[in-house]
Amino acid sequence: MNSKPKIGVYVCHCGINISKTVDVDELTAYAANRPYVRVARNYSYMCSDPGQLLIREDIKKHGLNRIVVASCSPRMHELTFRKTLAEAGLNPYYLEMANIREHCSWVHKGKKEATAKAKKLVSAALAKVRYLEPLYEKEVTVEPATLIIGAGIAGIQAALDIANAGFKVYLVEKTPSVGGRMSQLDKTFPTLDCSACILTPKMVDVASHPNIVLMAYSQVENISGYVGNFQVQVRKKARFVSVDKCTGCGNCAEECRLAGRIPSEFNMGIGNRSAIYLPFPQAVPAKYTIDPAECLFLTRGKCGKSPKCVEACPAGAIDFEQKDEIVEFKAGTIIVATGFDVFDAARKPEYGYSDYDNVLTGLEMERLISSSGPTGGKIVLGKGDGEYVPKDIAFIKCVGSRDKSTGNEYCSRVCCMYTAKLAHLVKDKIPEANVRIYYMDVRAFGKGFEEFYDRVRREGVRYIRGNPSEIFKRNGKLVIKVEDTLTSRPLEDEVDMVVLGVGLEPRKDAREIIDLLRLSQSTDGFYLEAHPKLAPVDTATEGVFLAGCSQGPKDIPDTVAQAKGAASSALVLLASGKVKVQAQISQVNEKTCRGCGYCIEICPYTAIDLVTVNKMGHQVSVAQVNEALCKGCGACSAGCLSGSIQQRSFRDNQILPQIAALGGKS
Amino acid sequence: MSENFEPNVVAFLCNWCSYAGADLAGTSRTEYPPNLNVIRVMCSGRVNPMFVVNALQQGADGILISGCHPGDCHYMEGNFFARRRFALMKELLDFVGVDQRRFNMSWVSASEGAKWKDVVGKVVHSLKEAGPFEEFPRNKIDW
Repeated sequence: MNSKPKIGVYVCHCGINISKTVDVDELTAYAANRPYVRVARNYSYMCSDPGQLLIREDIKKHGLNRIVVASCSPRMHELTFRKTLAEAGLNPYYLEMANIREHCSWVHKGKKEATAKAKKLVSAALAKVRYLEPLYEKEVTVEPATLIIGAGIAGIQAALDIANAGFKVYLVEKTPSVGGRMSQLDKTFPTLDCSACILTPKMVDVASHPNIVLMAYSQVENISGYVGNFQVQVRKKARFVSVDKCTGCGNCAEECRLAGRIPSEFNMGIGNRSAIYLPFPQAVPAKYTIDPAECLFLTRGKCGKSPKCVEACPAGAIDFEQKDEIVEFKAGTIIVATGFDVFDAARKPEYGYSDYDNVLTGLEMERLISSSGPTGGKIVLGKGDGEYVPKDIAFIKCVGSRDKSTGNEYCSRVCCMYTAKLAHLVKDKIPEANVRIYYMDVRAFGKGFEEFYDRVRREGVRYIRGNPSEIFKRNGKLVIKVEDTLTSRPLEDEVDMVVLGVGLEPRKDAREIIDLLRLSQSTDGFYLEAHPKLAPVDTATEGVFLAGCSQGPKDIPDTVAQAKGAASSALVLLASGKVKVQAQISQVNEKTCRGCGYCIEICPYTAIDLVTVNKMGHQVSVAQVNEALCKGCGACSAGCLSGSIQQRSFRDNQILPQIAALGGKS
Repeated sequence: MSENFEPNVVAFLCNWCSYAGADLAGTSRTEYPPNLNVIRVMCSGRVNPMFVVNALQQGADGILISGCHPGDCHYMEGNFFARRRFALMKELLDFVGVDQRRFNMSWVSASEGAKWKDVVGKVVHSLKEAGPFEEFPRNKIDW
């Protein structure tokens, strides 16, 4: 289309969001008098059906070939208006948006200043839109498979949904077993379902599902490619046990020379395990793993005369020669479900977590109280003959949440209810126990939560409002120093045991996934969703979705709901089978390119190659862009010495007129 | 220079972090001075040093380039290019006699709406002090 530009300008009121601070009539009149503008209109909601119809009709009636929409951020509605253009038969990339809402009406007060700025923004859009070119989106096929990173309840649920829809799932889990944090819990609030009873069937399902490839004790090493066509490399760590031969009998663990001497991660260090171990009895896959950091034979090359596990194994499954294995596959979509870490209570030294044995975290209490835990569900303190049942038990909430001093300003959303649940379980097991909970607020927001909180109080658990300042030891008892802020009384509460309601934090190694997938973090450190309300499972990287606590603290129902959301978002791509790729990519002008190769060095995606072409009878090198690999960042355009490589829609000759318009001299 | 001089700032914001951060400032109704106008690019690595010179020639009093925090670039390393290029560019502007306060760079992530307000405030304030940009000084370079 080489005809003269005929521009239509559409100014949106956005209800009163824009029109309150920007004089839309004045702006429209201004736009109408700019060069090449045929039509300028304003309307209450441009993005609404009638608003879009206005544009479509004008395109047909006036033969418009360029459209400027002055409204909200292009990050919000650029796609909407591109579709409008396409429906009217115009190339969707003949659109430029002037952001007069987020960047103008919402951030400025004075009508005069805001209108003047809106005029500038519109004139910059007008300057650019003249020089836009038609672009065509290419479609690529989507590999009908999903990679799911993390096999907690979020990863498990997403895997099952996608696999049941008939697509392949690669489920990668870092630890030797699937199950995640939920498998460590005893009961779940507020219904007091046994956590293992509702989780283990799903764990078994993912292991046996024909569409799921389960890779436990594995880590994602590298991801390249783009939506629909990710190339994934996974390192399957050596278990030093043949998975095919191991029957899970456990003789090896009993015989291990280090049996009962290594703190068990699953039991939060309360119980011990061997160097060859199954994290917990219901682990899936039920295959033993040798801990390479502890095993005597692997660390020192010697374990008695010969390793005891080898002697004990009736199946001959122990294999110290086993090596890490790299597995490669393709996936169309990726779901990140890497979960959370609990807050390290040692970072609140005033609570004495590092100093006193009887100060536990919520998750440690969970293991202590669990019937599958190291004490078989008995709440006992002390060791051996000194064992005793605690009488006075205190819980402290908001440890490492809603606390600027630890850097965590957010609410962890689960601590109110899990402390209530643990308090209930304590009362259940030790009816004569005196249980109190120190709290700032009780946030019982979910379905059945308030009722459960009420029930726990009726069972005799005392809620005392106050944030303890210190815990110290006196006469063998723990003393909590606190002010009851409802009665303004300072208290010194003597107890046998303190349970810290620790909050949820991003994984310490969250950075690894960020580097692999180019994710962003929100200020709290959790992975950032594409839009907090309308794209809560999407990320800025197309084809990558979030599920569970990796995106922010959540309880189990919310985690499962989000996992199902992520699964359905992934399924949209898998089921349609194709996806449109970025059209605003770089292009080389072969006439001026001199083949210096500078752009090749710059390109982060190795999307540029030198090729030999015939220029007036001479064989010369010029750069060429691989359109499937180019992501459209434009770094090459800024680096090119002759301006020969240009990013479409962001060419020098499209940006320079914008600068000129904003500069205001011409 | 006059007391009520209002500088004209041209800002180049990357689509993924700083533009989104500025959008968030809007969504949160954060008020800041209207002196700054934004040109959206996909990555701060797209900003050609020529744009800076051009903006000054075309009537801008100052420039802001803002991208993702180093290491967080949506395109892996675009903001590193920007950082290196404009460290040099700033020196060059000084060399040809342009007040360094006219050239600003910042890292604003998609969740830092409040930081965006601070950045705009600081840039506008320092440009008010620097005064209007007249033209590139001639004969200043002593070869």
